[in-house]
Amino acid sequence: MELTCLSKGDGFHYPPCHMLNISGFRVLIDCPLDLLAITIFSPVPCDVGFEASAYPSEEDAQNPIQKKQKMERQMSFDDLVCVEPWYKTVKTLHLWEVSLIDIVLISNPMGLLGLPFLTQNPRFCAKIYMTEATAKIGQLMMEDLVSMHMEFRRLHGPEDSSFPCWTKNLDGEEVPSVLKNVVFNGDDLGSWMRLYSLDDIKSCMKKVQAVKFSEEVCYNGTLVIKALSSGLDIGACNWLINGPNGSLSYVSDSILVSHHAKSFDFHGLKGADVMIYSGFSCLQTASPTDSDYISTSSDENDESLAASLLDNEESLEELEKLAFVCSCAEESADAGGSTLITITRVGIVLQLLELMSNSLESSSLKVPIFVISSVAEELLAYANTIPEWLCEQRQEKLISGEPSFGHLQFIKDKKIHLFPAIHSPNLITSWQEPCILFAPHWSLRLGPSVQLLQRWREDPKSLLVLEDGISSGLGLLPFRPIAMKILQCSFRSGIRLQKLPSLLSLLKPKIVLVPDVVNQRINLSAIKTTSILNYSENKTLSLARIADNADVEIMAELATKLSWKKLRQRENFGIARLKGELVMENGKQRLVSGLDQEEDSGKTRPLRHWGSVAPETLLDALMKMSVTGSIEHSIGENGSEDKSIIHLTNPSSGMVETSEMCTTIITDDETVASKIFQAIDGILDGI
Amino acid sequence: MAIDCLVLGAGQEIGKSCVVVTINNKKIMFDCGMHMGCDDHNRYPDFSILSKSGDFDKTISCVIITHFHMDHVGALPYFTEVCGYNGPVYMSYPTKALSPLMLEDYRRIMVDRRGEEELFTSAHIASCMNKVIPLDLKQTIQVDEDLQIRAYYAGHVLGAVMVYAKVGDAAIVYTGDYNMTTDRHLGAAKIDRLQLDLLISESTYATTTRGSKYPREREFLQAVHKCVAGGGKALIPSFALGRAQELCMLLDDYWERMNIKVPIYFSSGLTIQANMYYKMLISWTSQNVKEKHVTHNPFDFKNVKDFDRSLIHAPGPCVLFATPGMLCAGFSLEVFKHWAPSPLNLVALPGYSVAGTVGHKLMSGKPTTVDLYNGTKVDVRCKIHQVAFSPHTDAKGIMDLTKFLSPKNVVLVHGEKPSMMSLKDRITSELDIPCFVPANGETVSVASTTFIKTNASDMFLKSCSTPNFRFSNSSTQLRVTDDRTSDGVLVIEKSKKAKIVHQDEVSEVLHEKDHVVSLAYCCPVKVNEESDESGLIKQMSVKISETVSCADIHESETCLQVGSFKGSLCLKEMCVHRRGMSSSSSEVKFLCCNWSVADLELGWKIINAMKQNL
Ligand SMILES: [Zn+2]
Ligand SMILES: [Zn+2]
Ligand SMILES: [Zn+2]
Repeated sequence: MELTCLSKGDGFHYPPCHMLNISGFRVLIDCPLDLLAITIFSPVPCDVGFEASAYPSEEDAQNPIQKKQKMERQMSFDDLVCVEPWYKTVKTLHLWEVSLIDIVLISNPMGLLGLPFLTQNPRFCAKIYMTEATAKIGQLMMEDLVSMHMEFRRLHGPEDSSFPCWTKNLDGEEVPSVLKNVVFNGDDLGSWMRLYSLDDIKSCMKKVQAVKFSEEVCYNGTLVIKALSSGLDIGACNWLINGPNGSLSYVSDSILVSHHAKSFDFHGLKGADVMIYSGFSCLQTASPTDSDYISTSSDENDESLAASLLDNEESLEELEKLAFVCSCAEESADAGGSTLITITRVGIVLQLLELMSNSLESSSLKVPIFVISSVAEELLAYANTIPEWLCEQRQEKLISGEPSFGHLQFIKDKKIHLFPAIHSPNLITSWQEPCILFAPHWSLRLGPSVQLLQRWREDPKSLLVLEDGISSGLGLLPFRPIAMKILQCSFRSGIRLQKLPSLLSLLKPKIVLVPDVVNQRINLSAIKTTSILNYSENKTLSLARIADNADVEIMAELATKLSWKKLRQRENFGIARLKGELVMENGKQRLVSGLDQEEDSGKTRPLRHWGSVAPETLLDALMKMSVTGSIEHSIGENGSEDKSIIHLTNPSSGMVETSEMCTTIITDDETVASKIFQAIDGILDGI
Repeated sequence: MAIDCLVLGAGQEIGKSCVVVTINNKKIMFDCGMHMGCDDHNRYPDFSILSKSGDFDKTISCVIITHFHMDHVGALPYFTEVCGYNGPVYMSYPTKALSPLMLEDYRRIMVDRRGEEELFTSAHIASCMNKVIPLDLKQTIQVDEDLQIRAYYAGHVLGAVMVYAKVGDAAIVYTGDYNMTTDRHLGAAKIDRLQLDLLISESTYATTTRGSKYPREREFLQAVHKCVAGGGKALIPSFALGRAQELCMLLDDYWERMNIKVPIYFSSGLTIQANMYYKMLISWTSQNVKEKHVTHNPFDFKNVKDFDRSLIHAPGPCVLFATPGMLCAGFSLEVFKHWAPSPLNLVALPGYSVAGTVGHKLMSGKPTTVDLYNGTKVDVRCKIHQVAFSPHTDAKGIMDLTKFLSPKNVVLVHGEKPSMMSLKDRITSELDIPCFVPANGETVSVASTTFIKTNASDMFLKSCSTPNFRFSNSSTQLRVTDDRTSDGVLVIEKSKKAKIVHQDEVSEVLHEKDHVVSLAYCCPVKVNEESDESGLIKQMSVKISETVSCADIHESETCLQVGSFKGSLCLKEMCVHRRGMSSSSSEVKFLCCNWSVADLELGWKIINAMKQNL
């Protein structure tokens, strides 16, 4: 097995990317986009009123130069690149020959966003697996991305942003290093791509084989692949791969107890031969102090380990965070300010919508909730048709006949308004401020969030709710000065570092591969049952074969048909020469009945012998077949072996030379030779 | 190893499906149904056969319910709450969501209308359903260390599944009820090609072969249309879920197209509530329905209203869906009592009615009067229409599935004995698969597959990975066989895991020393005087290739080699390997030959070829 970490990613929106070589097959795990990188581009300017902005004048659209000047005058962010955005993929993935990839596993919708770039390549021929929910949600996210990008183009106007034209000016000394780092990152510009089209998405998704949680799919008869819920988001999964050389689990960022998605499934991951741990998000949590350690003594049983992992302290914390967002939004509304929520994590949005509608329902505030996204309607409808992919509490709702997520009734009652775009015809008629508004994109460069932010940024009563990490980078630069209140939320996106030892003790893999950066932060040496290896980004780690001998299964029916031999010297043994065909089925090597079983049963002459031939015994045996002769012994001289010779006299002349290691039949008479061989075969054991 | 299949219900009958299969000591109960045509203790499977002491937790590893029909789930609350089975119960998400509705509906009908003693209470249903573990399609569930189960889409009704169960290397499929064709709202059954020791299939329509169902749908619509156009009332007795939705989709659509204003009623709020579930469970419907659901929910019926008891005697035409199906009791039977005497009216019976129900009586022959449950007689003058399309597979579908899966054995359940017997004959003769039709209480035993687990040596696996084709001319055809595996030897040592080694490794494994047995002969050959040593070898090589086909001959200056056969020019005056002839003539030279016993025949062939023109 070989593992190469192509990218450790960056949190929830940019999952890690790995290349794996297992049983001779090359497996790519996840193909994400670094969407934070698009913050180097400047958003479409819009200083005009909100209503008007939906319909830019012809003049505006056709005169990018004029627009650019306007923008430069208006904003103090000359440094941002003012072209149609390009998208950054995993850098080192492009160094691999596409046609050599056999399998692509996509763990969550974010891991899917870069895949059309790969499947565009005519040489791409890998089999793609992901869960049904990941496929559906991921496809909607990609379509939304394309739709927002098209909208950008519509507003920005046609412009030649051919590569590497826009990077030309970024090389200068005056360019801020933060920008250069994002763009060049190791001198490789090949990772920047022009966005794919809706057709590319469609043809990419056609190649996908969607699976259920715990469904076993078999690749090429050799690898049995299974997706197990990771709890990170709806449909997100870890992977278990069983092959003829043992089992391998891939455990990425997981959430042990979720309030929306099906929780982390650890049962299926137990006892793998090799576990790859790629939960990089744990690095974003604080280093554990000594007191944080959960004891992981080996005598602790599985139940208590599981209990310590699955305590709901963290998930309660998460609920508190969500409630806090709601209360902040309400406070703002109370003061007459609107709230713009740019979070696009599906699970978080669904929970926030439910919480907000419920709490608005019980308060006297009459504030409308808007959701503006090209895929909102479909996504929200979809979320209520997938009980199998949700946490237990939400499954219970199905049983009692309630929808899984509470937004359905509020949409019917016109308390939540869905619009595909900011210029949707009905939006203006139902528009009302203050309001609570959900709008993509979290990067603040695309989608309706850009215009709305421009609209409200100077309003100190309004509230902006951001994804983690946006405000620290270039994110807010185009919108400064900003008077809005800003709430930056970091929601859970993985297992906490201090829970890792318990997790490993519970899953008990024989070998675990942990990123060196993680291993540096936490002491895993207490786990005795597992050997721990480090891996690092862009280095290939090779593991020798785990099992000593490969397992082969023989159909019992076939085994009884073999010609079994009892051995003279060893009664405990039974040996038989094999028949049939060796096939690979469901990751197992099996010996099954071949087609021509009966016909070749005649050839049962042993081909290998062991033991020794006493000349006297042989002569006796020959006599019984009416072959006679006499024995001559010769002592080995200068190192040569002792040997005996039987000189045959009747029915024809001939010789048998025998020593400890070999016997030679010397005759020109075929029948006599056969008789002699028969006699020898009766004395020696053979197969 | 054997698989025992004990039929507790639905053996040579339809009703109270319950089959207990024992695979390598694991007992799995498939379905736990109730017989709708029985009033006495016979309505439940005879669980006492399983355990005299009643300790079912010890005997049964798990219960799996295939779908929400009463003949498959009806006895479950009784088994878990009254008989006290506490182990795991599995069913699909829709079945888990919808079974309580069906059970509650049936319980209410029995208790409220028929005045029967309660078989189980609402509380029983609730606590029974709490024990249920939901299943998703294709999800592989490890019930315990040895038992693995998996559900496949069965069509039939929303959430219906076929179940695959595997213990060790032995595997079976229990189909439950299934449909091999797509209908209005459900897809066709879909299963992987599995290796099975036993297939247990329903056989409701074991001898029927149906053509396209569109003409039959049209027949149904026309029958209903004709009735309401003539001012009559159409009664469609059906259970709350399943058929009601399918027929209603059909009618609603037809009403729209034909612009008919006659009201369509549902007898209770149940079906409306059920539509809610259908919407949430849209992923279990057909592709067609799934694709449309974002824009239009096909279960939002435009022409359907709730029915009120007072409407029974209201004038004017109407269509009424009333529970329960089969006219076995309850509201549908009550309405039937009032509507049956009028020749204007219509009773459309969807699907199968079990023996003992009024529905069954109407279907078998044309009765003029019918006895209801408590001695009441009703004149039947209304028209009777049997809906001729069904959510069950027909005989062709059963044969197709059986052929596709090619199990080692087939057991038929859930059918009528005469037609099951003729299907059994077809399966045995056409597919050459042993087939059984056990009655209730009978057990069928079949052999199960086992694999012997071995460790294979690297050398063996390596030799297996390089092709080793052998060509042979058998009769007229050239056959290509690849017997790589015959280089392997299976070694079994008492109380140890079996090993596969290459033949060259056997002696080592046995701690023995190899003993090579070979043949030798110094062979006289005749040569042209002119030819030198290498000419001689070339000459022999030609001779050999003339007689020994496919021989791969390697030549060098003074020797040649074919397989293990080696012959080299012998210059010794008195070679011990020579027999009979001495080097009397200058035309005769000698080749000292030796070959291993593996090439015994080949060696003699070569010798004879070289000696030929001596
Ligand atoms: Zn059924
Ligand atoms: Zn049935
Ligand atoms: Zn010789």
